[in-house]
Amino acid sequence: MSDVTSGGHRGLVMDEPLLFELDSGGHCGVDLPEPEGKARRLGGVKERQSIGLPGVSEPEVIRHFTRLSQKNYAIDSGLYPLGSCTMKHNPRINEKVVRLPGFAMAHPLQPPATVQGCLELIATLAHWLTTLTGMQGVAMSPAAGAHGEFAGLMCIRAALTARGDARRRILVPESAHGTNPATAALCDYRVDTVPCDARGRVDLAAFERALDDDVAALMLTNPNTCGLFETDIMTIADMLHSSGAFLYADGANFNAIVGRVRPGDLGVDAMHINLHKTFSTPHGGGGPGSGPVVLCEELVPFAPLPRIEADGDVWRLIEHDSDGLAFGRLRSFHGQMGMFVRALAYMMSHGADGLRQVAEDAVLNANYVLARLSGAYNVPFPGPCMHECLFDDGNLKDTGISTLDIAKAMIDEGYHPMTMYFPLIVHGAMLIEPTETESRQSIDRFCDVMVHLAEEARKGNQDLFHGAPRFAPWRRLDETAAARRPVLTWAPDRPA
Amino acid sequence: MRYLPLTDSDRAAMLEVVGARSIDDLYGDVPQDVWCEELLDLPLHQGEIEVERALSAMAGRNLHGANAPFFLGCGAYRHHVPAAVDALIQRGEFLTSYTPYQPEISQGTLQMLFEFQTMVAMLTGMEVANASMYDGASAAAEAVLMASRVTRRRRAVVSGGLHPHYRDTVATYVRHADLDVVTLPTAVEETDLESQIDGSTACVIVQTPDFFGRLHDFSALAESCHSAGALLVVAVSEVVSLGLLTPPGEMGADIVVCEGQSLGNSLGFGGPYVGLFATRIRHVRQMPGRLAGETVDADGRRGWVLTLSTREQHIRREKATSNICTNSGLCALAFTIHLALLGEAGLARLASLNHEAAQRTMERLVAIEGVSTPNDGFFNEFTLELPRPARDVVDGLAERGILGGVPVSRFEPENGALANLMLVAATEMTTAAEIDTLGDALQEILS
Amino acid sequence: MGNRLYSKEHEWIVVDDDVGTVGISDYAQEQLGDVVFVELPESGREVARNDELCVVESVKAASEVYAPVSGEVVEVNDALGDDPAEVNADPYGSGWFVRIRLADAGELDELMDEDAYGEYLSELA
Repeated sequence: MSDVTSGGHRGLVMDEPLLFELDSGGHCGVDLPEPEGKARRLGGVKERQSIGLPGVSEPEVIRHFTRLSQKNYAIDSGLYPLGSCTMKHNPRINEKVVRLPGFAMAHPLQPPATVQGCLELIATLAHWLTTLTGMQGVAMSPAAGAHGEFAGLMCIRAALTARGDARRRILVPESAHGTNPATAALCDYRVDTVPCDARGRVDLAAFERALDDDVAALMLTNPNTCGLFETDIMTIADMLHSSGAFLYADGANFNAIVGRVRPGDLGVDAMHINLHKTFSTPHGGGGPGSGPVVLCEELVPFAPLPRIEADGDVWRLIEHDSDGLAFGRLRSFHGQMGMFVRALAYMMSHGADGLRQVAEDAVLNANYVLARLSGAYNVPFPGPCMHECLFDDGNLKDTGISTLDIAKAMIDEGYHPMTMYFPLIVHGAMLIEPTETESRQSIDRFCDVMVHLAEEARKGNQDLFHGAPRFAPWRRLDETAAARRPVLTWAPDRPA
Repeated sequence: MRYLPLTDSDRAAMLEVVGARSIDDLYGDVPQDVWCEELLDLPLHQGEIEVERALSAMAGRNLHGANAPFFLGCGAYRHHVPAAVDALIQRGEFLTSYTPYQPEISQGTLQMLFEFQTMVAMLTGMEVANASMYDGASAAAEAVLMASRVTRRRRAVVSGGLHPHYRDTVATYVRHADLDVVTLPTAVEETDLESQIDGSTACVIVQTPDFFGRLHDFSALAESCHSAGALLVVAVSEVVSLGLLTPPGEMGADIVVCEGQSLGNSLGFGGPYVGLFATRIRHVRQMPGRLAGETVDADGRRGWVLTLSTREQHIRREKATSNICTNSGLCALAFTIHLALLGEAGLARLASLNHEAAQRTMERLVAIEGVSTPNDGFFNEFTLELPRPARDVVDGLAERGILGGVPVSRFEPENGALANLMLVAATEMTTAAEIDTLGDALQEILS
Repeated sequence: MGNRLYSKEHEWIVVDDDVGTVGISDYAQEQLGDVVFVELPESGREVARNDELCVVESVKAASEVYAPVSGEVVEVNDALGDDPAEVNADPYGSGWFVRIRLADAGELDELMDEDAYGEYLSELA
């Protein structure tokens, strides 16, 4: 039987054209009043003739985007085991409070006296962040994790310059996120890679060899991207500090340790916190995020503008630097306020007690997955792990089934795949982060599926894998064709 | 705790499977002398009622665009967001999905991004646009870096009409990029940019409507840039203006960056917003940020994937075109839905309504003795020259419960020449009653 | 026309008079997977041995191609712009990258011949 229908729909999976192909000619989905027809005052600049936008009514727009949404996997619909991404439940109270008009309708350039509630919220969140991390200050304006890395390295560079110490190198472990070396390059540092040892941690001896008085900082993710705690972190911090360098921590994996250990106590000098990971602001299909960076005492004076300071009962917004130490401005206005409101609502909901439980349950869930899937998949580094667990396809070599095949078969089984082929130090890596918001039953079902897939691979059931996904709204997409002849916009003259 | 599904008996059973006696065993790799033995000094967990009450109290301490006559702009505008936008972006399949790295189960986000890219290219008059940046200011900074990569030159000329936050952000991004930035002073007088262009210039970056609300046709400037081998970067901080005005692409711009907040996104005290980034197809491999591209699946069905990823940090690491990873996906979705609802006719009408509201506001305010405007042309925002320092006037208005505008001195407090200037914006939301209230209060303060 | 010589980074070169044609080996193209883009240098560029010469991209990776010899780039294979797949289909033929006028033919002694390269590959496996 053919699986093609006459209209292209397949049951609840609707074939949906592009908006531009829905154009019904002159329709408008918003009823706006008729302009008066006043003479323009455009100072001689010409009006434009046409744009090319489609005209679609409101019901058509609602249906279009509803149908699109139904083609997405989401944390609301299932376990989302993407390692290092912390795809946890997004509570809806956060969405409700961010829409309070006092936040949603406040303009960033109102006189500060009229936005004391906004400033109080940011200052309160800042207090939670510095308390949870044991750090002395925090720069709130970075828009995402990589932006926070940029802020942190800019502070470090400014502090070194102030010392008259022009260091040129940044050390990055080979298991690091790609943003780390990219950020270091943006700050014009030379990036030197430090290898990992057989335990999946920074190779201490190699680090010691790489460390000299030209090193500005080490950028370390802890727990690292193998899901392991860097056991030598305090030694590493001491070595950096005694050579005059800083320890920058990538806080992507803070979820594992929040409330259990404070990065400041580990010797960290600067760390960004992805509010969209640990503090559950929604990922939204790729953002927006928010990446405040907590700072040690020496770095605080160099933090970017603006800042908020308490002056008695009044919150002051500092947009200009009197001492000239701030390294500058990272973006317009004051930061990702909408993410701040959501993150604070999340923190207040959990409290000091709940946040600690978050870390413990995240770690327990990951170790449970590690225990259940050991044997089915190869474990490159022994546990216990932290909030995510790392496997590879090394023990499936003879089956002809790779990590990618497992991932695509997971889609047919109703799961978003884990993070694949990252970290780069493990060949065929599968990095699984279940998060604390999965129940034991949910994790058991997931593990049952993962064990089943490994068994099918060993039985030689190649068809299950190589044709996968068969049940997803789309089959495997041709990424090579997309990259060889990029089609990046719709054009009216192109056949659909 | 309502968000944590594990029960104590689950935890006990799971620890047994793991082979650990307690959760502490699992933290054995963490140096024990730094464990937090006590709970940190923060409040304990609270229910929805308490959280909502506390945050509502904070929100209630703000004056804002829904409870006060409101005339602020300067890169963030009070526009009406249709109810359908907010309903759709709160669908969990959009709100709670990750970056679409698995295209077979992310076609919703990918198709939307392709639509977004197309709309941005259309609006700006350019050939290609990316899947969004953090905001207009960081997009402007990335544009300057990109222009330097494209031209392999190391000098950027920054117009005095570029939003001061954008200028400051550019300065931060290029600080260590071995790039020489020439920034012209903020002034209401027109400045001569062309004389700044030479054989080492990577780009000139300008804005329209500019910081003072003036409109520009940059066609001649584009020609001067191109004949010197430089790129023209045009920033637009009020994207609705593109519903009325000649787009930068038609003027010859090589890169266009915009703040997209005005469509679909609330003021939200400054973020998150959405940066738009568009360029010519020949420069696409130097472009920062994600791109969705069209392809087919194994059955030949049209679909979309993230493409040209070798530009990006997760593959190219220190050689990437940018360190950006997370962008403004959900804000881009809101932008796309709002623009889909407006369509060609709606955006043009919205732009006209904005322009007319600003005209009415200006007419009322310049009728006040001692108040004038240096603007010849404007879109929905203009500069007022007051007989007194604008900061005091704005504060005086705020005391009367009116959010009357932005004093230019907020950006350059030391620059005495700017002290009496105030920026005033109006939109389709501005009512006749608001204009009267502002006019009466301003008259009273100045008399 | 001389024999095909190989570098440890899997570039090959065939020298005719004082001009060498450079590409990547069959092994290299297979490791890369489907090539989607090749960033070529400008004609006339002077390169030193082991300088970055080109970047060859697959969907998920970008790899530098290094100059196996020093000299001047005298010709680049513009056809790869439209058809990067030639690198996969015919790595030793139409998938060539650049031609370099050799500055020092003595550098060729540092490269491997077919047999030595075959042995080198078997050590990698």
